[in-house]
Amino acid sequence: MATRGFVGRRPSDEIGNRLPPGQYLTEDFPVLSAGPTPHVKIENWSFTIKNGIRPVAKWNWDEFQKLPHVKLTRDIHCVTKWSKFNTAWSGVMIDDILAEAGIEAPTAFTLAHSYDGYTTNIPTADLIGGKAMVATHYEGQPITPDHGGPARLLVPHLYFWKSAKWITGLQFTSRDEAGFWELRGYHMYGDPWREQRFTDD
Amino acid sequence: MDVKAGPQRLVWRNAAVEAIEVLTPRVKSFRLRPEGWTTFTAGQHVDIRLTAEDGYQAQRSYSIGSAPDGSGTIELAIEVMTGGEVSPFFHEIVEIGDDIELRGPIGGHFNWSAEDGGPILLIGGGSGLVPLMSILRHRAAVAPQVPATLIYSARSYEELIWREELLRRRADDPHFRLIIHLSRDAARDGMIAGRIDAESIEEAIETARPLTTYVCGSNPFVSVASDLAVAAGLDPSTIRTERYGG
Repeated sequence: MATRGFVGRRPSDEIGNRLPPGQYLTEDFPVLSAGPTPHVKIENWSFTIKNGIRPVAKWNWDEFQKLPHVKLTRDIHCVTKWSKFNTAWSGVMIDDILAEAGIEAPTAFTLAHSYDGYTTNIPTADLIGGKAMVATHYEGQPITPDHGGPARLLVPHLYFWKSAKWITGLQFTSRDEAGFWELRGYHMYGDPWREQRFTDD
Repeated sequence: MDVKAGPQRLVWRNAAVEAIEVLTPRVKSFRLRPEGWTTFTAGQHVDIRLTAEDGYQAQRSYSIGSAPDGSGTIELAIEVMTGGEVSPFFHEIVEIGDDIELRGPIGGHFNWSAEDGGPILLIGGGSGLVPLMSILRHRAAVAPQVPATLIYSARSYEELIWREELLRRRADDPHFRLIIHLSRDAARDGMIAGRIDAESIEEAIETARPLTTYVCGSNPFVSVASDLAVAAGLDPSTIRTERYGG
C-alpha cells in the first residue's frame, strides 16, 4: 500500500543496488552504544580466546600488534537503517588469531565479549574463512573510543551490532547463546540482505 | 534483569494519524492509532515505513513520547531534518486521517517501568527528550513517589519541546526536579545559559543518587553527558544511552 503523498528520494541504481532493504546511505559515521564509552588503555588491554569457560589463548596489546595485520574495506549496515560504503579497517583476521593460538574453531557458535559487559553471538562460520577481523585501525588511524577502540570486532556482512566495540575476547559456545541485543528483541543472526532486524524476522 | 519477557514477531501495521501539533519551530507531534496495538514500555521506539507509488520504500525509527496509557494511541515527536527524506514528509505532507505504516514497539534496554524503581536521572539533548518524556509521563501516572530529575538541554527557549508541560510538572510534582540548559540562548526563568556541565550533574545527584541514568540526544551530546555522569562518580553500568542520528 502506498503512503499518500510520499515520493521519496531514490538513490541511483549504483548506490541502491548496494543498499540492503530498508537502509539509506550516510556519509557520516554515527555512533551507537548501550552505555557510556569505556576508555580502555592499551597497557590494560588484552584479548582472550575461550572454549566454553576455559581460556585457550591470550594476548596483550604488544603481542597482538605482532600478529599479521591486514586491511579490509567493506560496506557496513546498522540496524538503525544507515549504511556506510567503503569503510576501511585494518586488524587481525579471526583465521589468523586461531592459527596463532594453534587451534581450529572448536564449536559452531561464538559469543563476543566487550569491556563494557556487552556481548553478541555470531555463528563461528561467519567469523572464519576471511569474513571477520579484530580491527584496531580505521582509515589508517587507531580506532577512537566512540567507535570501539582500541579494538573492535568487524563482521561486516551482518548488521553492525554484531561488530562488538571494545572487544576483549571470543568465547566458543556449544549452543547459540543470545547476546545483549539478541536478548532484547533483536535477531539471532542479523543478515541485512534478508532484513533480519528483530526476533524471527 | 531489565530484559522483558518473550519478544513477539513484529508485524507491519497501519496507523491512522489522529492529531498533529506544532511543538516547536522544528518539532511536530503526531498522534497515531496503530491497528491491533496492545501496549509498549516507556522509552521504546517504532519503525516507520513509507511506500511510494512505484514501491520504493524508506524506513526510519522514531521514539514514542507518550506514556503507555491504554489509549491505543502513541505520540511521536518528529524534528525536521533539513534535506532529510522522511522528517520533511511528516512536516509538510502528512495530514490528520492519513495512514502510516509502522511496526514495534522496539527496544528492550532504554526502558523504564514502575518495577524498575528509582531514583532516576534523565538527561536529554534536543529531540532526545522524546523517550525521556515517555518515562516521565509514565512515572507521574503510575509511580509519582519515585524521585526523578530531568536535565534537558535545548538550543533556545523556543526550542524546548513540551515546555509548558515540563514547567507545570515541576510546579505540581514534589518528587520531580527539572534543570534546563539553553545552549545558545540567554538565561531566563531559572534556566541556565550554556551547555550541560559537571555542576548540573552534581546538583542532580547530590540529594538523590540515581539508581539508573538515561541519556538521549545527538551523538556529541550523549558522549559529553555520559562522560560527565561517569566523571561525577556514577557507575557506568547504571547509565543507559541512546543516540539520535545513529
